[in-house]
Amino acid sequence: MTIVFQKTRGLTDVETHYCPGCTHGIVHRLVAEALEELGVLDMAIGVAPVGCAVLAYKYFNCDMHEAAHGRAPAVATGIKRVRPENFVFTYQGDGDLASIGTAEIVHAAHRGEKISTIFINNAIYGMTGGQMAPTTLVGQKATTAPYGRDEAHCGKPIRISEMLATIDGAKFVERVTVTSPAHVRKAKKAIKECFKVQIEGKGFGIVEVLSTCPTNWGLTPTEALKWLEDNMIPYYPLGNFKRPEEVE
Amino acid sequence: MAKVLMKGNEAIGAAAIEAGCRYFFGYPITPQSELPEYMARELPKVGGVFLQAESEIAAINMVYGAAGAGARVMTSSSSPGISLKQEGISYIAGAELPCLIVNIMRGGPGLGSILPSQTDYFQATRGGGNGDYRLVVLAPSNVQELVDLVIEGFDIADQYRNPVMILGDGMIGQMMEPVELRKPKQRELPPKDWATDGTKDKRKPNIINSLYLAAEELEAHNQRLQEKYKKIMENEVKVESYNIEDADVVIAAYGTISRIAKTAISQLEKEGYKVGLIRPITLWPYPYDEFEKINDKCKGILTVEMNTGQMVDDVKIAVKGKFPVYFHGRTGGMVPTPDEIIDKVKKIYGGEI
Ligand SMILES: Cc1ncc(C[n+]2csc(CCOP(=O)(O)OP(=O)(O)O)c2C)c(N)n1
Ligand code: SF4
Ligand SMILES: [Mg+2]
Repeated sequence: MTIVFQKTRGLTDVETHYCPGCTHGIVHRLVAEALEELGVLDMAIGVAPVGCAVLAYKYFNCDMHEAAHGRAPAVATGIKRVRPENFVFTYQGDGDLASIGTAEIVHAAHRGEKISTIFINNAIYGMTGGQMAPTTLVGQKATTAPYGRDEAHCGKPIRISEMLATIDGAKFVERVTVTSPAHVRKAKKAIKECFKVQIEGKGFGIVEVLSTCPTNWGLTPTEALKWLEDNMIPYYPLGNFKRPEEVE
Repeated sequence: MAKVLMKGNEAIGAAAIEAGCRYFFGYPITPQSELPEYMARELPKVGGVFLQAESEIAAINMVYGAAGAGARVMTSSSSPGISLKQEGISYIAGAELPCLIVNIMRGGPGLGSILPSQTDYFQATRGGGNGDYRLVVLAPSNVQELVDLVIEGFDIADQYRNPVMILGDGMIGQMMEPVELRKPKQRELPPKDWATDGTKDKRKPNIINSLYLAAEELEAHNQRLQEKYKKIMENEVKVESYNIEDADVVIAAYGTISRIAKTAISQLEKEGYKVGLIRPITLWPYPYDEFEKINDKCKGILTVEMNTGQMVDDVKIAVKGKFPVYFHGRTGGMVPTPDEIIDKVKKIYGGEI
């Protein structure tokens, strides 16, 4: 019998705790496959965030650190400066990266830190039960924005990829999603390209993944995919914002 | 090695490099900036890395990453910056990582002043960050002791997988004294087989973590930590004491204030007073047992600090109500003088306070 699909060695056998239909799981698989396919799994050191992916250190089959909320890029900096020969990545949510950890991500990018970041933008604080994130869309309801996000009160959602793309040290910036098999393939390609930027020593790379949180959006998994496509993609356009010329 | 004249802050850097520390992450703040400046100059010469972080929060989290990856690593700051580091310190203690943290204390609360103080004693010895954890806190009183404690501090950190803090009181950072970089006592240091350096497909992943979601697991983790702290309390207490078997009054003071206390004591001796001294060198673990050696006829313990009364709590714990405990402190950058101390001791003698 020919094997058509096999679980990547990049993931452990631990069952994940993600809700049904949550796209965190898909992204985990893509990251793990990329690590394995690029031959860096055995020298990889990952940094897990505080957020729904807090237990990522149990799921990725490589050395891992669990960081404080938002501090993953600083932790990754410490690791990479000590172990420049290793592959170092962070996996962070939008509360983690785009709110409490903005200083850390901006300055890691600014220093051209040779690390790679996977940024899960689900427009909500998933883990703590659906509070407003800096990425929550205008009008979108959250437990701390019960009447919907009001621009006059707390501004518009932050576009991290566009912002980081303006920083010289950031060499690879792309926004993808995983709402269809075609998008999943594109997302994986972006993750691998981003990782190569680190492997080739070129600087900082980030892939923003528009993700679903069916649980806190109050939608079924399929409704959530559609909501993302109809509402998030228009505000957060997909595509590459930056890549080193040689990789093009 | 011949003795060289060094400023306290720079001597810390020289001692750290001597101890094999090759990574420094920090953020500028007076009165300790000579230390990061020294490291920025010297670390690249020995193949090390100095990195100025975007904040103290980032700096301590870089230390967390570097320590987890197996490096000898340090950071330094002064009071307000140490406040920002508390989050990271708690994570480092929880994940049981070795590192050295230097606090050259200045006046507080808030922005306070840049003048010397000892106002972070509570923060250093009682936590500061969240959770039931302990730092080994070392309080040098001269520059030679400062370098000795920095060098030994890295070994203590590695032996117990625990953060170690050097608590200096502002004056020591600026003071110039002759120093010699000496080897500390030999310790059996465990291998860092827990460090993250890539599995190389030869072992299970190493995980640096302080999260234990199950109640029983977190309790067990805390019990392990407490057992470790007990060992540190048994093995690592350092204290200097003088004449406590015979003294009528015993002064308790640490850091550079103990030197002022010594000046007062020799003056008092010339006048016929019998005054002893207990100088804790480790503020945690605190030398509680040393106070048991004080003779029964002692009239009282005078704690002298550059704050409004912090270590005095530990002195009260130590004497268990056996002797009256008095306090003399100056703060805001004001330094207790020998005359003030002499006056207080005479009042205790005369039963006036
Ligand atoms: C210092 C600190 N503040 C707040 C929290 C509580 N907290 C845990 S997860 C989280 C939000 C996570 O949201 P996000 O980063 O978007 O990740 P998601 O769960 O959506 O994947 C917060 C606020 C914490 N653990 N630490
Ligand atoms: S709460 Fe949301 S983000 Fe978290 S696991 Fe569930 S669906 Fe995913
Ligand atoms: Mg989120």
